[in-house]
Amino acid sequence: MSPVTALPPTEVKRSNKPVYMVLASTAFAAAAQIMMKFGAGHPMPKLDLAHPATLVALALAIITNAPLFFGYSMNAGMAILLILALKDGQLSILYPIISLSYVWVNLLSMYFFHEQMNFWKGFGIVLIIGGVGLLGKVSSRE
Amino acid sequence: MRTPISSIFLVLFASVIGSFGAVFLKLGAERLRYGFKHILNAKLVTGILLYIGSSIPFIMGIRNGELSVLYPMVSLGYVCAMVWSRLFFKEHLTPGKLGALAMIIAGIVCISSGGR
Repeated sequence: MSPVTALPPTEVKRSNKPVYMVLASTAFAAAAQIMMKFGAGHPMPKLDLAHPATLVALALAIITNAPLFFGYSMNAGMAILLILALKDGQLSILYPIISLSYVWVNLLSMYFFHEQMNFWKGFGIVLIIGGVGLLGKVSSRE
Repeated sequence: MRTPISSIFLVLFASVIGSFGAVFLKLGAERLRYGFKHILNAKLVTGILLYIGSSIPFIMGIRNGELSVLYPMVSLGYVCAMVWSRLFFKEHLTPGKLGALAMIIAGIVCISSGGR
């Protein structure tokens, strides 16, 4: 046995930290979606590109629309976490993990918008959690 | 509540723009390895602008219709992002990743059909 192979296997274990950061960002994303749905219900001025003044009116309406504003802020928090995760992680692993926010959105929609839970939604939630779990496993193996 | 087809198309359009946003975020984020002072680089800013830009058709889309039907349409973006990571970052599309993506898309389809 050569001395090289006798050395303990220096297994390069990829850190799962980027995965956990994206998991946290999904909570922000879900909160943002709920906020934006609340915000989208507010009356908004029509945007007419032929009249630039309507753009200003729309921008003002967005800034003064508190739920929409908080929705954007949550998205900013989500983006910062995602950027820091993408620094070291693979896009093909991290981007699909964002889908976990569907799970949160569905659960939160039941509470806030009284949307109904049923078998298919429940099954979909289980599949998404399974898929995200599988990505976590892929990430720790590579 | 009915979900109009125009809303579905707006959300699909937003998701493709968002997937390009992710590509630029990744390109820009990699610059951060050389120090946090690189936080303001053109690629990262482009990524953020695409991300913000994608929210405009998204908001226009979700104004009419059920969130639990429209939100899953963003899944097109996950497929695009998978293709872009192979094309632009030479990441390996392993069976595990593709299986996970298939599970996630199936889950998203289940949720959207359950929303009707």
